[in-house]
Amino acid sequence: LEMADEKETPIVLGTTVEEPLDLIRLSLDERVYVKMRNDREIRGRLHAFDQHLNMVLAQAEETVTRVEMDEESFEQVYRQTKRTIPMVFVRGDCVILVSPPMRGS
Amino acid sequence: QLFFSFFKTLVGKEVIIELKNDLSICGTLHSVDQYLNMKLLDISVTDQDRFPHMLSVKNCFIRGSVVRYVHLPSEHVDTQLLQDATRKEIASNKK
Repeated sequence: LEMADEKETPIVLGTTVEEPLDLIRLSLDERVYVKMRNDREIRGRLHAFDQHLNMVLAQAEETVTRVEMDEESFEQVYRQTKRTIPMVFVRGDCVILVSPPMRGS
Repeated sequence: QLFFSFFKTLVGKEVIIELKNDLSICGTLHSVDQYLNMKLLDISVTDQDRFPHMLSVKNCFIRGSVVRYVHLPSEHVDTQLLQDATRKEIASNKK
């Protein structure tokens, strides 16, 4: 089978889901949940992403989870810090997973 | 290539780059390259000036790999254009 010399660009309808990135493509212009390294999470509206999982999110809310230890009781307490960023670029090397938002928060 | 083109549209605008070491730097985007390395002009350290070692620095080069977030001016971001460009980028990256 000879490989064609000219580039054949298959007309991808954009509705077939073949690879994992196609699954994310379905969430464009929808709210998504992103789990990141260093116990961070972001929820926001997905406007752009690439194969590295670099992303642009709008109306984003970042949650940072820290474990604080009480010096006297030696209890471990989970503290969450949230902040909103109207429009943010997220570098893909921090991303662990992308999913539709988990309701209940 | 998508985000390289995207950041080129933001040259001249003010952004805040938040680094992986938690330092946040505010400045005017001067230039960007394919690795998303960025040069900022007239910088100021936002949040806390607990990082006084940048006091005399006016311009800086930031390696793309140390960036965690870039806070963008939403008024200069065309979300529809971004979405369309994303669809094209994903399609063109398929084998």
